[in-house]
Amino acid sequence: MATAEKYVGGGVLRKEDPKLVTGQGTFVESITLPGMLHVAFVRSPYGAATIGAVDTVAAAESPGVVAVLTGEDLAGEWAAGLPMAWPVTDDIRIPDHWPVAKDAVRYVGDAVAVVVARTREQAADGADLVSVDYEERPAVVDIESARADGAPRVHDQFEDNDCYTWALTNGDVDAAFTKADIVVTERYTQPRLIPNAIEPRGVVVQPVPAAGDYTIWSATQIPHIAKVLFALTAGIPEAKVRVIAPDVGGGFGSKLNIYAEEIVCLVLARRLGAPVKWVATRSEGYVATVHGRDQIQEMEIAADTDGRILGYRAKILANMGAYLQLITPGTPLLGAFLFCGSYGGEAYHFECTGVFTNTTPTDAYRGAGRPEATYAIERAIDALARAVGVDPVEIRKRNFLPTGEMVPSPGGLAFDTTDYEQNLDRALEIVDYDSVRAEQRARRESGDSKIIGVGLSTYVEMCGLAPSQVLGSLNYGAGGWDAATVRMLPTGQAEVVTGSSPHGQGHVTSWSQIAADALGIGFDDVTVLHGDTQVAPHGMNTCGSRSLSVGGIAVHNACGRVVDKASRIAAHLLEVAPDDLEFEGGTFSVKGVPDRQATIQEVAYAAWTAHSLPEGEEPGLTEHHVFDPPNFTFPFGSHICVVEIDTETGEVEIVRYVAVDDCGNVVNPQIVDGQVHGGVAQGIAAALFEEATYAEDGTLQTSSMLNYLVPSAAELPSFELDRTVTPSNSNPMGVKGIGEAGTIASTPAVMNAVLDALSHFGITDMSIPATPEKVWTAIRDAKGGAA
Amino acid sequence: MTRISLSINGVSHEADVEPRTLLVYFLRECAGLTGTHVGCDTTSCGACTVLMDGQTVKACNVLAVQADGSEVTTVEGLATNGDWHPLQTAFHEEHGLQCGFCTPGMLMASVGILAENPDPSESEVRHALEGNLCRCTGYQNIVNAVLAAAEQLRSSAAQG
Repeated sequence: MATAEKYVGGGVLRKEDPKLVTGQGTFVESITLPGMLHVAFVRSPYGAATIGAVDTVAAAESPGVVAVLTGEDLAGEWAAGLPMAWPVTDDIRIPDHWPVAKDAVRYVGDAVAVVVARTREQAADGADLVSVDYEERPAVVDIESARADGAPRVHDQFEDNDCYTWALTNGDVDAAFTKADIVVTERYTQPRLIPNAIEPRGVVVQPVPAAGDYTIWSATQIPHIAKVLFALTAGIPEAKVRVIAPDVGGGFGSKLNIYAEEIVCLVLARRLGAPVKWVATRSEGYVATVHGRDQIQEMEIAADTDGRILGYRAKILANMGAYLQLITPGTPLLGAFLFCGSYGGEAYHFECTGVFTNTTPTDAYRGAGRPEATYAIERAIDALARAVGVDPVEIRKRNFLPTGEMVPSPGGLAFDTTDYEQNLDRALEIVDYDSVRAEQRARRESGDSKIIGVGLSTYVEMCGLAPSQVLGSLNYGAGGWDAATVRMLPTGQAEVVTGSSPHGQGHVTSWSQIAADALGIGFDDVTVLHGDTQVAPHGMNTCGSRSLSVGGIAVHNACGRVVDKASRIAAHLLEVAPDDLEFEGGTFSVKGVPDRQATIQEVAYAAWTAHSLPEGEEPGLTEHHVFDPPNFTFPFGSHICVVEIDTETGEVEIVRYVAVDDCGNVVNPQIVDGQVHGGVAQGIAAALFEEATYAEDGTLQTSSMLNYLVPSAAELPSFELDRTVTPSNSNPMGVKGIGEAGTIASTPAVMNAVLDALSHFGITDMSIPATPEKVWTAIRDAKGGAA
Repeated sequence: MTRISLSINGVSHEADVEPRTLLVYFLRECAGLTGTHVGCDTTSCGACTVLMDGQTVKACNVLAVQADGSEVTTVEGLATNGDWHPLQTAFHEEHGLQCGFCTPGMLMASVGILAENPDPSESEVRHALEGNLCRCTGYQNIVNAVLAAAEQLRSSAAQG
């Protein structure tokens, strides 16, 4: 029946959960097909080496092995190399990148051969028997070594290891720095991070040889983009490729890619005429799934004597890794406009140089460019506060952009809606800032070995990617729109087909809320279909906190079109003009004659039978909408972290973490809170725990969950959340995005707290992660070497 | 090949397995119970946690032959006659899962935690869950769910 209940903003429980809490989820790992073969990869143990002879005889004779293929054997299978969709400059160097290496390997994990066998174990056994002659070459793993004179070249085809330099200038930067009373010059490093979605990547390909059709199940965030690029890379007509992202166990950017293993499985299925499957082991994922971050940042702020900012200069070196994956070069540039954060000023310069190294390629990892930018500006504004001699709160309030709409930022973008100071005040109130400062003073005065510090991060981010035209101007290879189809079924339910492809974000629930309200039907009467290119033909998928503010709006607008058509049919049935009708709670009623009415379900049935429709109206009640927003959205917020540091051990404990985010209007508060929790956890991990390191020869030292610290519940605190609501003007629902905000905001909040705690020792800098060893050493050194 | 027989969720299973077969792959590929997931190969993530003779084990760290003669409970066996276990309900109500991949292991680990300590503090729950990794939730709602389920179980026990 029709219902007046409003679901948006309310507390409904997730529709995704019942199958997931009972073990009935369908992850790629669980997909099994008759006659399915299993694939294992032989991977380089060297950071850089020339491939000599590859002996496959023993592997080929191993029980159950069906095929052993080297890069040379497969060379004829590719119509193109692995795709890179973001050539950020005209002169960017794009190296050849074959799914299986032919002549040389360039990072530990580079694939050199594949083994196909009847079982998973037999494939792994076969891979162990492949013998490769490598001639090891000097490797280079860090950015600065890669740029040194005479550095080993990652790609012989280029003169040096620079990939590109991209620059942006807004205003007269030199003039701003010339007239400045204060110039703060900082240098930060962004450690390399390993995304670690708990579901390892995997792919299953089912061919129908006689038809030339391929169905690909992949643990991917981007089934729609994958369909296009699988077709182009394997040389298969696009219409013959169906990609399904079933239940996907987290992504965080790491599944926003086109991977060698996906393409290899596709061409193996074509070559062998049988279904094939590959699922990564975790250790394999550590070397063969993209990493994130890995930058060196030089950050300068010019300010007047009161600390009012005049200009910014940010110069970035970004580690690309050995090859360019899907958006490797563009990832640092997602932060290009945000090195001025939520603050004003008259001039801005940003410059980024990408650098090749013999390491796993980097690409998007939660926040992608924006956490790096936010870290730099939020650390630097604290440095400015120290230089001016004011509190971090005061320096921020002096520099916040004004409250308003379409507010110009020094980076050159216009922020949709801003209201920063009230948001910060709310966070200060929750944390009781003055009391924390008093406690800090008291502990210092009493000589307590446990000291406390408080750190702020008043971030703004840029998401909801985006206006297609703007993405085009940045040389990005695809659009930023998203699509929805809404079908009213003759029995009164609705099917919502979305181009967003979730992997934990709860789209099925949120889209049901949106559609139920817009159509005036029950939450349980909405079914959301996604992640299958045959079911949802159009989409740009889930990444960059874009799903709600683009894909969700497409659902909202498609529902609007359904109601428009239903209104015309209802008017015909009720023998009035459409303008004479009101639509409320799923019921069309004649103005002034409320008992003359038709429910949307009755209209859906009438549209299906088509026995009596208005002149020229097509049968059925299905509408489609593609939303391409006029602007990004710019969520903002204030995160305040209070840490306690044991000066005797260097251990940092987060004792309070307050997050007041503003993501505009909220569809599902529980889901939004969950996104903040998870995002903050990942940002804290970057501040205190996680850092991927390589030995000079290219060996990944942090090669498993045993030596790369993905935090558990025991390492993390509970978070205190609140929100302010400043609706966006970039879309009709006033929503922004929240998927990455926590990660973007939290790393600098934690580090500013650590440095604030240590400030009375004269310590003003420390690289992340702030490990106990680093903190303890800094305290010892500050005390003149005595522990 | 070695012949093993064991009870999984109250159903007898008998099969020939390679000595190297891990319990988790036996559950998934021989018994067809795919709710138990494989998240790592270093016994770190806990996605494969199940109960073996009432004790939580990481099924990637147990050989199938070691489970010979034992009673194993997986996430598929957690509900009773279709009624969810209080932990399943609590994870749903407290939004203790996002992608859901770690969830079966989290649920089974939590069964073990509450069997040992029916009235844990938040800190005790956090430390007891140390062997189970989640990358989505930041753990807060998982911890809340375990605490809520503990309360529910205590209240049922008091009434029952």
